[in-house]
Amino acid sequence: MGLTVSPPGVLFAVLGAASLLLPFLTLRANRIVAGEGAAPWEVAGPTVTIAALTAIAAGLACGLLPSRPWLRFAGSLLSLAGLIFLLSRGAANLLGDAGDLARVSPAAGFWCLLSVVMLLMADAIGGLQPGPRLRLGLLTLVLGALALLLWSGALNDLSPMQEYRTRAAAFRTATWRHVALALGSLGVAAAIGFPLGILAFRKARVRAVTLPVLSFLQTIPSLAMFGIMIPILGWVGATVPGAQAVGIAGIGFAPAFVALLLYSLLPVVANTVAGLGSVPAASVEAARGMGMTGPQRFWTVELPLALPVILAGLRIVLVQNIGLAVIAGLIGGGGYGTFVFQGLNQTATDLILLGALPTVLMALVAAILMDIVVEVAQPTLNRKNT
Amino acid sequence: MIEIDHITKTYGDINAVDAVSMVIETGTITVVVGTSGSGKTTLLRMINRLVEPTSGEVRINGEPTHAVAPYLLRRRIGYAIQGHGLFPHQTVARNIASVPRLLDWPTDKINARVDELLSLFGMDPAEFRDRYPQELSGGQQQRVGVARALASRPDLLLMDEPFGALDPIIRARAQDDLKEIQRKLGSTIVLVTHDMDEAIRLGDRVGVMDGGKLVQYAPPEDIVERPASGFVANMVGDAERPMRLLSLIPVGDLTEDGAAEGAMLPDTASLRDALSACLWTGRDAVPVERDGAQIGRVTLAAIRHRVGQHA
Ligand SMILES: Nc1ncnc2c1ncn2[C@@H]1O[C@H](COP(=O)(O)OP(=O)(O)OP(=O)(O)O)[C@@H](O)[C@H]1O
Ligand SMILES: [Mg+2]
Repeated sequence: MGLTVSPPGVLFAVLGAASLLLPFLTLRANRIVAGEGAAPWEVAGPTVTIAALTAIAAGLACGLLPSRPWLRFAGSLLSLAGLIFLLSRGAANLLGDAGDLARVSPAAGFWCLLSVVMLLMADAIGGLQPGPRLRLGLLTLVLGALALLLWSGALNDLSPMQEYRTRAAAFRTATWRHVALALGSLGVAAAIGFPLGILAFRKARVRAVTLPVLSFLQTIPSLAMFGIMIPILGWVGATVPGAQAVGIAGIGFAPAFVALLLYSLLPVVANTVAGLGSVPAASVEAARGMGMTGPQRFWTVELPLALPVILAGLRIVLVQNIGLAVIAGLIGGGGYGTFVFQGLNQTATDLILLGALPTVLMALVAAILMDIVVEVAQPTLNRKNT
Repeated sequence: MIEIDHITKTYGDINAVDAVSMVIETGTITVVVGTSGSGKTTLLRMINRLVEPTSGEVRINGEPTHAVAPYLLRRRIGYAIQGHGLFPHQTVARNIASVPRLLDWPTDKINARVDELLSLFGMDPAEFRDRYPQELSGGQQQRVGVARALASRPDLLLMDEPFGALDPIIRARAQDDLKEIQRKLGSTIVLVTHDMDEAIRLGDRVGVMDGGKLVQYAPPEDIVERPASGFVANMVGDAERPMRLLSLIPVGDLTEDGAAEGAMLPDTASLRDALSACLWTGRDAVPVERDGAQIGRVTLAAIRHRVGQHA
């Protein structure tokens, strides 16, 4: 091809350059007052600044090269490294001259640059057309690097990390609670949704009732849904014997779990119905014609052919639930939402970030993992890539 | 022997199949031919109970089919569905192995059978075994569909337009192959087509369907020479009729003593071949041979006499 530069690469380079004009870090006298922004070239000493900015610029320049996906990927890593280097050193530098209560947080410039670099990385990986194994490998690599970075303490001077250190135990509990909410409601939704979806596929009358009801549930705004759960489960907890003992009450884990479960049902059921509907009629007829029994037909023909669509439904649910579970924090359900809402109450932006960033990360990882699973479930596709 | 006894299938107001009766002898090929929508597929699917008849019954070797559980009945009957119906998520080998696996054959026996069938249909096992159906041409898919129906060597084979997607050359070869396989194994085949040529070429008996009714059920010569109705005559086609008839009669039937010039024809060739040879080389007679030795000749006059009895 005659293209000498990659069009998205140009866009990333321009956006990256523009982002450099925004404040990179914010320095505040304490954790809740408004602060003052510092430009990328103001945050650290000349050596660090030059090295970091060169790395960022060089990485973005690599992104300009078309048809060299590996080089572009390496470029995105280089930019990322420069970005984090500047973040780490800049934070330490700014705090050095400030008081004990002072806080440093990443500012708009950092977030914009981070987004641009991540977009470049995603674009480069897209160009690599990686198979499921390579994608899994890259994901592990990035997560490993992130873990190493956090463990090394290089980011400890940043305000969200300081928020973390004062509540490490609570953070761990919140993580497990968040996972339990998102995955648990998914599991129960699948346990209810698959049989219901299969039934709805087979019986037009069940379908005519189920899908509209579930669609209606889906249209209830999330805050309202969590609100509705409080009186309902409160009543159940108060009247049904033993309910309170297993933790069913108006606020806490139970209402959040049920709300997420209700949201999960539509994608599971609808995709099960759609998946089974997408199985070629001729294949089912052939299976019947060769003497497969109903269960044999279901397990060896219908389910494998419907699986990619069903898994796509689970992917939607999982990513959606990880995001929605934040609202559980509002009704005492735990999870990362606890930090988000505490942060909102205290106008402590960095506490909000402590809840929001891991949520985003968890949703991203879940989306990538589920994409890999969906791809592996398609027999003809994964063969081309291995 | 398969006895189809006054079988009817009604969908709403229309009789897709209307009181059809036919007896199919073991070890023969029966071809059901008719226009689109005449009820061929419905008739075929009532034999393995993919469609339950509204009335009437089918007996296989005297046993009514409704006395057997449908899935057990179907495992004994090969079925090549219209438009192949291969499983897109399974390789060619696995598709072909479907019924043997249902019957719990040992793995090495299954593998050997798969390779044998692929070779039989002119597809190199090493090349095609591990492909997915989407990676085959339409004709190859159809051949795999037929191979799958043959896999467990069923005594009875139902085939719904199995050669529809093949080009004329491959199609003719597949028809010859099928005939040979059938002669070798002695299986009973019921084949559905809308192609009269195919019916005449393959059928020991041909059933012609029109609007759900079986309008004629007879050996192919009778269908050509003595069509039971205008519809059948139309299906055979006025222009092609003489040629179709000649293609059914072996040269041996009209061989007489005498000499003739030029290249010889075997006595198993059809009169149609003899006529072509006469016309193409401008001869009035063609020498006929058997096992390399001339046994007589067939003359243009004799051929004309044989065809011209229909004035
Ligand atoms: N499940 C069904 N419900 C209602 N009508 C049907 C059904 N199956 C078949 N029919 C009707 O029955 C008639 C015969 O259909 P059939 O499939 O047997 O025709 P065919 O001879 O095989 O045609 P073709 O050559 O196009 O395959 C058609 O008019 C068709 O519309
Ligand atoms: Mg048909």
